[in-house]
Amino acid sequence: MSSNGKRRPKIAVFKFASCDGCQLSLLDAEDELLSVAGAVDIVYFPEATRTMLKGPYDIGLVEGSITTHHDAERIQQVRRQCHTLATIGACATAGGIQALRNWRDVNEFVRYVYASPDYISTLKMSTPIAEHVPVEFELRGCPINKRQLLELLSAALAGRKPAIPTYSVCLECKRKANVCVAVAGGTPCLGPVTQAGCGALCPAFGRGCYGCFGPMESPNTASLSEQFRLLGQSDQQIERAYRGFNAWAWQFRQASERREQP
Amino acid sequence: MRTVGTLKGVTNIKVDMLARVEGEGGLHIKIKGGRVADVKLKIFEPPRMFEAFLRGRHYTEVPDITARICGICPIAYQMSAVHAIERALGITVDPQARLLRRLFYCGEWIESHALHVYMLHAPDFLGYQDVIEMARDHKPAVEQALRLKKIGNHLVSAMGGREIHPVSAAVGGFHRAPARRELKALVEDLKWARDASIATARLVAGFEFPDFEQDYEFVSLSHPDEYPLNEGRLISSKGLDIDVADYEDHFVEQHVKHSNSLHSVLRARGSYLVGPLARFNLNYDKLPDVARQAASDCRLSVPCRNQFKSIVARAVELVFACDEALHLIEIYEPPEAPKVEVEPQAATGQAATEAPRGTLYHRYSLDDHGTVTAAKIVPPTSQNQKRIEEDLWRFVPQVLDLPEEELTWKCEQAVRNYDPCISCATHFLRVKLERD
Repeated sequence: MSSNGKRRPKIAVFKFASCDGCQLSLLDAEDELLSVAGAVDIVYFPEATRTMLKGPYDIGLVEGSITTHHDAERIQQVRRQCHTLATIGACATAGGIQALRNWRDVNEFVRYVYASPDYISTLKMSTPIAEHVPVEFELRGCPINKRQLLELLSAALAGRKPAIPTYSVCLECKRKANVCVAVAGGTPCLGPVTQAGCGALCPAFGRGCYGCFGPMESPNTASLSEQFRLLGQSDQQIERAYRGFNAWAWQFRQASERREQP
Repeated sequence: MRTVGTLKGVTNIKVDMLARVEGEGGLHIKIKGGRVADVKLKIFEPPRMFEAFLRGRHYTEVPDITARICGICPIAYQMSAVHAIERALGITVDPQARLLRRLFYCGEWIESHALHVYMLHAPDFLGYQDVIEMARDHKPAVEQALRLKKIGNHLVSAMGGREIHPVSAAVGGFHRAPARRELKALVEDLKWARDASIATARLVAGFEFPDFEQDYEFVSLSHPDEYPLNEGRLISSKGLDIDVADYEDHFVEQHVKHSNSLHSVLRARGSYLVGPLARFNLNYDKLPDVARQAASDCRLSVPCRNQFKSIVARAVELVFACDEALHLIEIYEPPEAPKVEVEPQAATGQAATEAPRGTLYHRYSLDDHGTVTAAKIVPPTSQNQKRIEEDLWRFVPQVLDLPEEELTWKCEQAVRNYDPCISCATHFLRVKLERD
């Protein structure tokens, strides 16, 4: 996706363990794709192009979590090649749904899925990128919000900090005038402890938030867990609520482990 | 990333990272004495082991979790999951919820097929590295592609809140059923999209196709009244005709060392092919007139045994998906309740649906409380993987005289014929060419 003319910032998109959804968000920005491609040089983005130029890159976008020895080494090389490194999505920022292995025996997992476990090389844990290398910015979400991705790119090009809210989903719900599913409907909802960004989608569909954007800044999970209990949720159900797509984000991890105590 | 080297008479074509596929894989082809000595489609996408961690989750959580197997076709993963669980629990959804599921799937087909036809596959036929480079010479076509893709995405987000990992699918129906006017608002765009899809079919039918007819066993769902999306028996071009519940009696997954994906084969006959070309060949009579007309204008007729022409079949399916969406919106009446009540019980259920890239099989066992005790997922790319390798064994000798860079590109194209989704199949691609 390179082009002639004056030097434009070089962008690279890297994938680790993930579903491809977050990098697809760039191709899903149908109205902006051609102008983005005009403002930057996308020089490494295997999902979209055969062109694969070597670094260094100005901005590296990383999707996915680290789950293999090979990837643990690869992320170090990626970091060395990128001036600015931004992680995109719940896998890259919190280990993703595949981090559910972190509480279990990964060898048993491998034996369950594969006929010849010896062929599979995997780490015991699925971990976020920032546990391996310094990261300049983390974009939350499972999947990320493409508007936030465009904001991240514009900010990085302008050399400013992206304007990404860190308050809870509750504020988005109020703004949309959604009826509160927890208060009015007695439905367990992670909205009060989850970072905004989705546009309060699940409550708008009459269901509780399941936490795709991970913990908000300073979430009061203890209080929410208590509310869940009052709504008749068992300890097991509460543990499962936190163990979703951002299970390994430390605030959710702690909240789920607290429920594990007898 | 692509190396072609000849050492002591062995040529190795290595494509370390296959581009324009979803997920990470490579291809290694070894040529010795002017003959293909080895073909390996390598899947190094790291395993995420969904089937293992689905155990212990409540059945209500399953569709949201399985969606995360694939960001390109999350609806397919939600649909196979809800149907399998509903079969286990003996649930029949409201007829309008059934209609909505077909409509939801149409949105995903439009978005995913537009992405593959224009952004991932067409650049191979036209000789561009990617769609952005292609846009410099074919801007109107690329703009058409983007608008088409956007319309598919709009349909999905109108029904599910967002394009990727939508939030409305539920066991028993939907969390929320859209109002008629929300769907009616999409009609004008969908009419444009149907015309654009017909234009797309004409455009891609004009590409140059290698002469590459193979004796494929085509496999897809088949329904008495509908072009298959959510339901049907599983049939093949070589006489298979089974209930999906019997899938595992006929198909088996094999684990090969060079891949983190499992190869699925027919116990009786080995490799087979799923996806648009299989569906087209097996269900042509169920296509609406407008899609059959598009196929006939493109000279695509049954049986087509050239997988390079899958791009034309995919475009014909785009016409179908737009037309079907329009039809469904026309007859839609919101259901009284978006989902039916579900009573958990210990049971096992299987289902297959037609993901954009082919048949997707799921099986779940639940306990009395509705907790998953066992799960099995066979994605379309696992089913096509053996067939992709077999295509390359036969295709490489045909293009052996090409310069090595071109030969490598042709091999990549042959893989991309399958719209492989490696993220899905890892549970599943690098190109490496060795020549002797």
